[in-house]
Amino acid sequence: MLYFIEQCLNGVQLGMLLFLLAAGLTLIFGIMDLVNLAHGSLYMLGAYFAATFAAVTGSFIVGALLALLATLVVGMAVEVIVIRRLYGRDHLDHVLGTFGLLLFFNELVRLIWGPAGMTLPLPSEMLTAVQVLPGIYYPAYRIVIIAMTLVVALLLYILVMRTRIGMLIRAGASNREMVSALGVNIKLLYTLVFGLGAALAGFAGLMQAPILTVQIGMGENILILAFVVIIIGGIGSIRGAFVASVFVGLVDTIGRAFLPDLLRLFLSTNAASTLGPSLSSMMIYMLMAAVLVFRPEGLFPASGR
Amino acid sequence: MKKVLLAGCAALALTTVPAAAQQKTVRIGFISTFSGPVAAIGNDMRNSFELGLDHLGRELGGLPVEVIYEDDQIKPDVGVQKTLKLIESDQVDFVVGYIWSNVLLASLKPLVDSKTVTVVTNAGASQLAGELCSPYVFSTSWQNDQTPQAVGLYMNQKGVKTAFLIGPNYAAGKDMLAGVAATFKGQVIGQELTRWPDQLDFSAELSKARAAKPDAIFAFYPGGAGVQFVTQYAQSGLKGQIPLYTAFTIDELSLPRLKDLAIGIPGAQEWVNDLPNAANKKFVADYKTKYKSSPSFYGAQTYDAVALLDSAVKAVKGDLSKKDDMRKEMEKANFKSVRGNFKFGNNHIPIQNFYLQDAVKQGDDYVLKTVATIVENDQDRFHDKCPMK
Amino acid sequence: MSAWFTPRNAVAAVVLALIALLPVYCALTGNYFLMSLFTRILILAMAAVSLNLIMGYGGMVSFGHAAYLGIGGYVVGILAKEGVGSGLIQWPLALAASALFALGIGALSLRTRGVYFLMITLAFTQMIYYVAIGLDRYGGDDGLTIYRRSSFGDTIDLSNRMQFYYLCLGLLLAVVYLVWRIVNSRFGMVIQGARSNDRRMRAIGFPTFRYRLVCFVISGAICGLAGVLLANHTAFISPAIMHWTRSGDLIVMAVLGGMGSVIGPAIGAVAFLVLEEELSRLTEYWPIILGPMILLVVLYARGGIDGFLAGLRRG
Repeated sequence: MLYFIEQCLNGVQLGMLLFLLAAGLTLIFGIMDLVNLAHGSLYMLGAYFAATFAAVTGSFIVGALLALLATLVVGMAVEVIVIRRLYGRDHLDHVLGTFGLLLFFNELVRLIWGPAGMTLPLPSEMLTAVQVLPGIYYPAYRIVIIAMTLVVALLLYILVMRTRIGMLIRAGASNREMVSALGVNIKLLYTLVFGLGAALAGFAGLMQAPILTVQIGMGENILILAFVVIIIGGIGSIRGAFVASVFVGLVDTIGRAFLPDLLRLFLSTNAASTLGPSLSSMMIYMLMAAVLVFRPEGLFPASGR
Repeated sequence: MKKVLLAGCAALALTTVPAAAQQKTVRIGFISTFSGPVAAIGNDMRNSFELGLDHLGRELGGLPVEVIYEDDQIKPDVGVQKTLKLIESDQVDFVVGYIWSNVLLASLKPLVDSKTVTVVTNAGASQLAGELCSPYVFSTSWQNDQTPQAVGLYMNQKGVKTAFLIGPNYAAGKDMLAGVAATFKGQVIGQELTRWPDQLDFSAELSKARAAKPDAIFAFYPGGAGVQFVTQYAQSGLKGQIPLYTAFTIDELSLPRLKDLAIGIPGAQEWVNDLPNAANKKFVADYKTKYKSSPSFYGAQTYDAVALLDSAVKAVKGDLSKKDDMRKEMEKANFKSVRGNFKFGNNHIPIQNFYLQDAVKQGDDYVLKTVATIVENDQDRFHDKCPMK
Repeated sequence: MSAWFTPRNAVAAVVLALIALLPVYCALTGNYFLMSLFTRILILAMAAVSLNLIMGYGGMVSFGHAAYLGIGGYVVGILAKEGVGSGLIQWPLALAASALFALGIGALSLRTRGVYFLMITLAFTQMIYYVAIGLDRYGGDDGLTIYRRSSFGDTIDLSNRMQFYYLCLGLLLAVVYLVWRIVNSRFGMVIQGARSNDRRMRAIGFPTFRYRLVCFVISGAICGLAGVLLANHTAFISPAIMHWTRSGDLIVMAVLGGMGSVIGPAIGAVAFLVLEEELSRLTEYWPIILGPMILLVVLYARGGIDGFLAGLRRG
């Protein structure tokens, strides 16, 4: 039982990581109707910036703050130079255009930082496991991730639902012309939202850097997972992204933890240990396909769109 | 746009006209990965190969050398395409390289069909050691199972009774786990294969290992995944509780990133940078001077390939059409390896020592040091299946 | 000037002539690499044409079309490994398997639209990709070498490279013709109508779901054929053939060439692969050039190469 709780905790923690990335993605998707494959690149940049600044300043926290600022700036610059021209285009154009950006950023990072990758070392007091329940030890840093993500989720909710900026953002999402006719600088608003999305991606990148390491292409594998999350959750819904993140995290982790053992009950050990990983890698995709077959717009379709 | 395209076609046609006319150079095709996250491995191999050529005055057996580097992008089909290009278009005399078993296996058929003398400097697929061995294909690395077999032996020496094995779910990963299990005399109480190459988080597997309460954990994660695994192992607090044994997980490429986290985690390797022989001292010292970093075993294996090819070209006095004479000379392994003693088995896979290496801190630097010789003159367990005797 | 003589047709004719004469050039110079490269290009062109049938005409953007390349290839590889070498058995089975998978995937995926469709097709391809990695007997992640190419008795010898090249070229032309006929048939009109206004088409009384599903299956089967050829060409098959970036490459080829015509994607495949080859020759950082180029095509040359050529005539 304790073991099961520990694995659930692992699942929730993976879900939190996914949420940080998915939140920015779904925000941009929901408001600007933009599919952004380069979101993973911003995630990667966040991690590289954090590792670099932390090495220069010698402080994890200062490095992280500077990295957040840097990804915000890069995100806004990318919006002004490229993304802005993609609004209102076909989704196919978004996919291709941002795919081009992704290729560009991967090579740019390789030119600047070299191919070897970097590390963002944790402060040594984070390198321990804490007893969260009697008999359950959990890595301290992962608890920090869970807590920080919950804080970000809450702040995001307050920003979008309870502030004037959030109101404008929501209004801009449902009727762009009307909002700009009312004298709101919608261009600037979009740039700010894209920057916010980029900063969220950067935050995700730098939070995971100490666990998942910093390397080229690190954004691509997790980006697909993040897309799975926002599709299951329903595009544009932050609440949907949150629920789907935890769901996907749990399904993936529980699948990996228990499926091979389960298969061993029916199959030979050898067959089970090869089939197990293949099957558990497929689980989240099966989950997504199943959700879409029964709810073609995801679990929480954003209303009125 | 169309004109550009046509011009491109024309350029392609022109640049690929064979240069067979200038016979008095040795043309070498080099296949490795130079793009994406594992380009660090490819770079280390290329650096070492270049250094090896520098040491010979950029001549093999007295003939000037021309090397054509090709990037396989870790994709088997791209690897075949590049291999075909080297054989047919560039008409190279030798092909060197290959990091990945799957790229090598895909490219093996054109190499063998064209009887191109090939030196594999990393990929250790069991098929190459067994039924697919070829008179013209040599390896300066190992067969996949050998290194983990050595780890298994070391675990026996350490009195480990129960072990939990973790590795990625692809052929080399399975080879590695099978290798440990083959020599480890204790009980394997659990085995986990993880998604490859894109598993991000190993917490589920580490929790499982913790719950199984083994004496030791064995792991195989090459490249960036190794950094990821060892980092997460340390963060989980397991480091003080259950010792980790590794193969191909901690090397000179990952050590600068792992730093303190790698200290005290043993691994087996056929080459360590401090092996006490003259060839190795020269290689390591000159590499550090030229490239400002330490060479890895990927590099060492590739450096050896240069000397091996040199011996072949010398033996035929530059007449590169005498392929059979060249391979007979190569079978003698008549060169100074950075590994010290080195000879080929019947399947052209080295028979060699395996060492235990440990990460230690020297001043501000982190280095790998030889601790012990685990096994001497080890031969892979597939050589019986090779039809060459 | 006759209506047939347009810059676009002139260029198409020149390219076709160059491609048809390439083996002669190779035989004269003794350099067969170009032929091998172009065999691969012709095969991927076929895959891009098949993708464009559903994407350009049907508005179904599949981000998982590489799956059918893999299925076609794996059927050939698995049968060859099990000792069935005859192309007369391998090829029909491969086409049937691709069509069957397309039927299943299409039946479920076509319930969704737009980005959801894109993602669900990706999901199915990822599943097939992981199944292939789990196929231990057939090499798993390492892939499977095909020691003997499909045999057709004495009629065609696939290991003769020139015959194989012309077979690929002939099949590509046949596929282009087939797709052209489909697009211009009543069936094709329904598909295109469903792309622009599905609700109206249904109101008129067309069961558009079935039409689109049939179109999806045809496209999958053609792509499966490309997979069969690719497996025979490289004499090798591995899960990497189904990696999601390969599906992305196919989309890029179609868009680069121009989705508005049947031949566009084929031109796009030639351009994309030659560009990749040339750029990687230029610098190992070639994606840093390719990426912005794709972006520029998307932003400023939406019709692709074919659209550009067609535009020359209009002035």
